[in-house]
Amino acid sequence: MDDLLLEFLTETNEHLETVDVEMVRFEQDPNNEAILSNIFRLVHTIKGTCGFLGLPRLEALAHAAETLMGKFRDGMAVTTPAVSLILSTLDRIKEILGELERQGAEPEGSDGDLIELLDRMASQEPPAPEAAPPPKAPQSTGAAIHQVLERELKPGEVSLDELERAFQEAPGPEKSTTAGTLTYQVLERPLKPGEVSLDDLERAFREAPGPAPLVIDKPVEKVSSEKPAAPASPPAIQQKKNADSPETGESGEGISGKVQTIRVNVDTLEHLMTMVSELVLTRNQLLEIARRSSEDHGYKVPLQRLSQVTAELQDGVMKTRMQPIGNAWQKLPRVVRDLSNELSKKIDLVMQGADTELDRQVLEVIKDPLTHMVRNSADHGIENPADRKAAGKSEKGTIRLNAYHEGGSITIEIADDGKGLNFAAIRKKAGERGIASDAELERMSDAQVAKFIFHPGFSTAAKVTSVSGRGVGMDVVKTNIELIGGTVDIRSEQGRGTTFTIKIPLTLAIVAALIVSSKDQRFAIPQIAVSELVRVSPTSEHSIERINGTPILRLRDRLLPIVPLSKVMGLSGNEDANHGFVVVTQVAHQRFGILVDGVFHTEEIVVKPMSTKLRHIQLFSGNTILGDGAVVLIIDPNGLARMVGSESDRNEFQSDASAEQAVVAADEMTSLLVFRGGSESLKAVPLSLVTRLEEIEASTIEWSSGRPVVQYRGRLMPLVSCDEELTIKREGMQSLLVFSDGDVSMGLAVAEIVDIVEDKLDIELLAERSDLVGSAVVRGRTTEIVNVAHYLPMVLETWSRKERKGGSERSLLLVDSSTFFRDMLVPVLKASGYRVQTASTAQEAVRLLSNGLHIDVVVTDLELSGHSGFALVASLRADPHHSTTPVIGLTVKPDPQQIALARKLHISEIVSKIDRRGLLSALAELNGTLEEAA
Amino acid sequence: MKLVDSTPSGNVKAASRQMEFVTVTVAGQLLGLPISRVHDVFVVSEMTTVPLAPGEIAGLLNLRGRVVTAVSLRRRLGLGDIPDAGRRMAVGLENQGEAYGLLVDDVGEVLKLNPDEMQPNPVHMDRGWVGLSQGVHQLRDQLLIVLDVDAVLAFETEREAA
Repeated sequence: MDDLLLEFLTETNEHLETVDVEMVRFEQDPNNEAILSNIFRLVHTIKGTCGFLGLPRLEALAHAAETLMGKFRDGMAVTTPAVSLILSTLDRIKEILGELERQGAEPEGSDGDLIELLDRMASQEPPAPEAAPPPKAPQSTGAAIHQVLERELKPGEVSLDELERAFQEAPGPEKSTTAGTLTYQVLERPLKPGEVSLDDLERAFREAPGPAPLVIDKPVEKVSSEKPAAPASPPAIQQKKNADSPETGESGEGISGKVQTIRVNVDTLEHLMTMVSELVLTRNQLLEIARRSSEDHGYKVPLQRLSQVTAELQDGVMKTRMQPIGNAWQKLPRVVRDLSNELSKKIDLVMQGADTELDRQVLEVIKDPLTHMVRNSADHGIENPADRKAAGKSEKGTIRLNAYHEGGSITIEIADDGKGLNFAAIRKKAGERGIASDAELERMSDAQVAKFIFHPGFSTAAKVTSVSGRGVGMDVVKTNIELIGGTVDIRSEQGRGTTFTIKIPLTLAIVAALIVSSKDQRFAIPQIAVSELVRVSPTSEHSIERINGTPILRLRDRLLPIVPLSKVMGLSGNEDANHGFVVVTQVAHQRFGILVDGVFHTEEIVVKPMSTKLRHIQLFSGNTILGDGAVVLIIDPNGLARMVGSESDRNEFQSDASAEQAVVAADEMTSLLVFRGGSESLKAVPLSLVTRLEEIEASTIEWSSGRPVVQYRGRLMPLVSCDEELTIKREGMQSLLVFSDGDVSMGLAVAEIVDIVEDKLDIELLAERSDLVGSAVVRGRTTEIVNVAHYLPMVLETWSRKERKGGSERSLLLVDSSTFFRDMLVPVLKASGYRVQTASTAQEAVRLLSNGLHIDVVVTDLELSGHSGFALVASLRADPHHSTTPVIGLTVKPDPQQIALARKLHISEIVSKIDRRGLLSALAELNGTLEEAA
Repeated sequence: MKLVDSTPSGNVKAASRQMEFVTVTVAGQLLGLPISRVHDVFVVSEMTTVPLAPGEIAGLLNLRGRVVTAVSLRRRLGLGDIPDAGRRMAVGLENQGEAYGLLVDDVGEVLKLNPDEMQPNPVHMDRGWVGLSQGVHQLRDQLLIVLDVDAVLAFETEREAA
C-alpha cells in the first residue's frame, strides 16, 4: 500500500472519529453553527481526499452526506432520521475504509441505497412530517429505527444510536442495576472519548455476521415494546466481548503495518525543546566562564564534549520538529493532475522551495489549507483551454507554489495565471449575503473586496462542483493559518491571475544571531537576515555619504540606504555617525544597511518572547540571555524596515529586485531620485540606476570641442544637460547625477536634487519624447520619468552601439558563489550591454526567477557551493518559463563528464572561469542566434 | 527578614484574619505588597534597557535564567528616578504568567495587618496614586499604602484607554 493511502487512512479515521462525536453533539444542539461547520469541513476534507485518491464509493457517499449537511446549514430542520442517516453513511464509510486498509482497494459494492436516501432527504424542502416529533413517543423512535434498519445493511450500530437516545430520553433507568451500570458506560463515553466503545460495538457486529442478526432482532423488539434499551444492551455488550479477541488480534496486525512512526504529544516535544534551550543556555554560560579563566582545572575537555553533545542534541530535537514543506506538497501533483482531467483543463504545477523546512506543527496546520487553495486555483482560477486561448494565453495554465524563508518567517505563495478574481461577482455576492451594504461595497477597493472570499460559506461559483464551490475552504484556510499566527494575502488581477501569499512566523526556539553593539548596548540580529558586513569610516574605501541628511552607502556601485541603529532606537542625539559597521540586511526584496558601532560574534541564542508590555515595539522580535548572563534584545529586521519606512516621510528603502526593472513592474515600490531640470516640472529617475550624486565646482568643467567634460576619478567624464532649458553652469556649483557602466561614466547635469522617494511607479508612456519614459504621479505630483538610455548615446559611442535597439538590452543572470568573481564579471558583462542580476546561490537564483524576473541569458558557475550549478539548470529546465533560456556554464576546468551533462541539460556553452574573452564571445554567439530568432 | 507583629491597636486575637505584607519604600513612603503575590526579593545587578519602551519599564533582568521585566515603582508613581542608584532592590511578582521585577528603593520587613483596619484612600490623595492603592494602614509611626499589584502592572492598558 502506498504511503499516500496509509496517510489518508490515518487521517480520515481521525476525521471520522471527530465527526462521530460532533454529529452527536450537533444533534443535541442543532442550533450550534460552530459544530455544524466543523462537521461540514471535515466531511468536505474527506470527500476531497477521496476524490483525488480515486475512491469513487467513498467520494460519492461523502458528497451525498455533505449535500445533506449543506441543507442543514441553509436552515433545514435537523431531524433524528436525517442525523441517523448521516451517521449510518459515516459507518458505511468506515466499513469501506476498513476494507481498504485490509485489501488496499475499495471493496466492490454499491451505495446507491444510502445515496438515494440522502438525496431524497436533502431534496425534501420541509422535513419529513412523520420524523418531526420523534423524541417524545418511543413508538415513533422505534419506527425510525425500523426505517434505518431496513435501509442499512448492517443495522447494529444504528440501533445502538437509537438506544443511546432512548436512554437519554428516559432519564431514570430504574431497571436491573447491573444492566443499568453497563448501559451507563456506553452512554457516558460518547460524550468524551466515546465512539471508541461504540466503534467496537459496530465492528463487533460487522465482524461476527452469524450472531448479529439475532442481536438485532432483540433490540428492535424491545424498543418497540416500550421497554427500551436496558434489556437490549446486555446482549450487545456480550457481543462485543465475544468479538473482542478477533478484534484485538486484527487491530494488532493493522498497527504493526501502520506504526513506523510514533506520534508524540506536542507538549512532550515542546517540553523537550524548552529543556534543550535551557541546556544550551547553561552550556553557553559554562563556555563563557571557561573562556574567562585561564586556568584549566581539567574540566575544559569534558566541557568541550558537553558542548558538542549539546549541539547534537539540539540538532536532533530541532530535527524532530522540522520537515521540508515538500512533504505537504507530495499529494498536490496528483491532485492537480486528477483535477485537470476532471475539469478538462490543462494545468501545470510548478513547485519551488520544496526543501524549505518548517516546524512540523506548523506544517500540519497548513497542509489542508494548501491543498484547498491549490484545488481552488485549479477549479476557479485556471480557465478552460478555449477561454485561455481566447484571452491570448497559452492553453496550459500554471499553478506555482513557492516557499522560502524570509527574515523570521516562511512565505508560501500560491499563484495561478488564471482569470483572477471576479470582483464584481464578489461585490454582488457580499451585498446579497448582507456582509456589507452597497454603499460600503462601492467605497471598497478591489483588495478589500477580495478579502470577502475568506468569509464562511462565501462562494461565487455558479454551480457546485464536486471539487469546490461550496464556500468551504477559504474561511478554513484563513482560520487555520491565523491559528498559528500567520497571515494570508490575496493579490489578483483580472485576466492575469491570483496570488495568495501566506506568511507564517518561524517560531524557531533557537537561532543563530549576530551580536552587535550600539551606544554601549548589545543587540542580536538574526543571522538569516544578514547578508554581509562592511566596516565604514570616513577615510576608508567605504564611507557614509548623505543626501539631504539621509545616510547612504555606496556598495559595489549601488546605493544602499543606511539606518543608524542608535537613531531608530532613540539612543543618540548625534546623527552624524560615520564610523562603525554596516550590517547589510535583506528583508524580502528590500536591502538596507544597519549602522552599528561594533560587531562581536555569532551566537546561538534561545529566543524568548517579549513581555506583553513590550510586544508593541516593532523593532524587537524577542529577547535572549547571552552566555555571559546579559539580557539582549533581538532586532526584528522586518520591524526595523517597517518602522523606518513609516517614521520618515520618505522611504529610503530601495527595492532590490524591482529597481532593476522599474519600468516593467508597475505595482512594485521603487525608489526614485527626484530632481529638477531647467523647467519647473519635476523629473525622476530610478535610484538604482544612479551610481553617484556629485556636486562639482562649475569652473572645473572643461569644454572640449563644444562639449562639456569634467575630470572625474582620473578620467574624462562627459556631461549632458537633463533638458534643453537647462544650461550647464559656468560658475558656482553644478549638481550631477553620475551614471556608470563598467569603466565609462556620464554626468547628467540637473538644476537641483529634490528628494529620494519610494512610490509605485505607474508610468503613462509618452511616445513622442525619447528623453522621457513617460510621466508618473510621485508623491501626488506629476513627475517626468527620465529615460537614461536617451542621454547615453549623446555622449558615448560605446553606449550608442548597444543602445541601438531602443534600450531593450538583454538581461542576464549571473550565478556565482564567489563575490570576487561576481565583482569581476559584472562590469565586463555590463560593458557588453547586459542588464546584470546576480545571485550567490542556486536558491537565490531560483527565487529571483520565480519572482518573475525576466532573464534572457543565465551565466552560472557549475560548481556552486551547496547546490550544484547543474541542479540549478535542471530546475530551470523543469520550469516552462525557463526551459529554453540559454545557459552558459562556468567552470574552473571543464571535464568530459561535465560536458556530457551540460549537453543533456542544453547548456549552450561551457567556458573556463578565467576566460573573459571566451565568455564574451559565447555571449555574442548566443546573441546572434537570439536575434535571428527574434 | 523578621516577622514583626505591629498591629496598631495591639489586637492580636484576630490572627486568623490578618494579612501579611512585604513592605517597601519609595521616596520615603512605606508601601505594602500582599505577601501572596511576592515571589522573591532580589538585588538588581545588571539591567538591559529597552529602547522605545514605555517609561515605566526600566529594562529587562536576568533572574536565574529567566527574563524578567523590570518596572520602576518610582516612575509608576510619577516620581523621578534616584540620581544615585547604588544597590537597587526589586520585588519579584507574577502577573498573567509573566515575571516582573518591581524596582523599589528599599525592601523592609513583613508586617501582619488586619484588613478590617485598612482605611480608604484619603479623598485628596494624588489621582495617580489612588488607582494603585487599595487603602491605607495606620502604623504607629507612619502610614502604609497597600499597593494593588495588578493595577501597578496594568499601565499599558491604562494608556491604551487614554
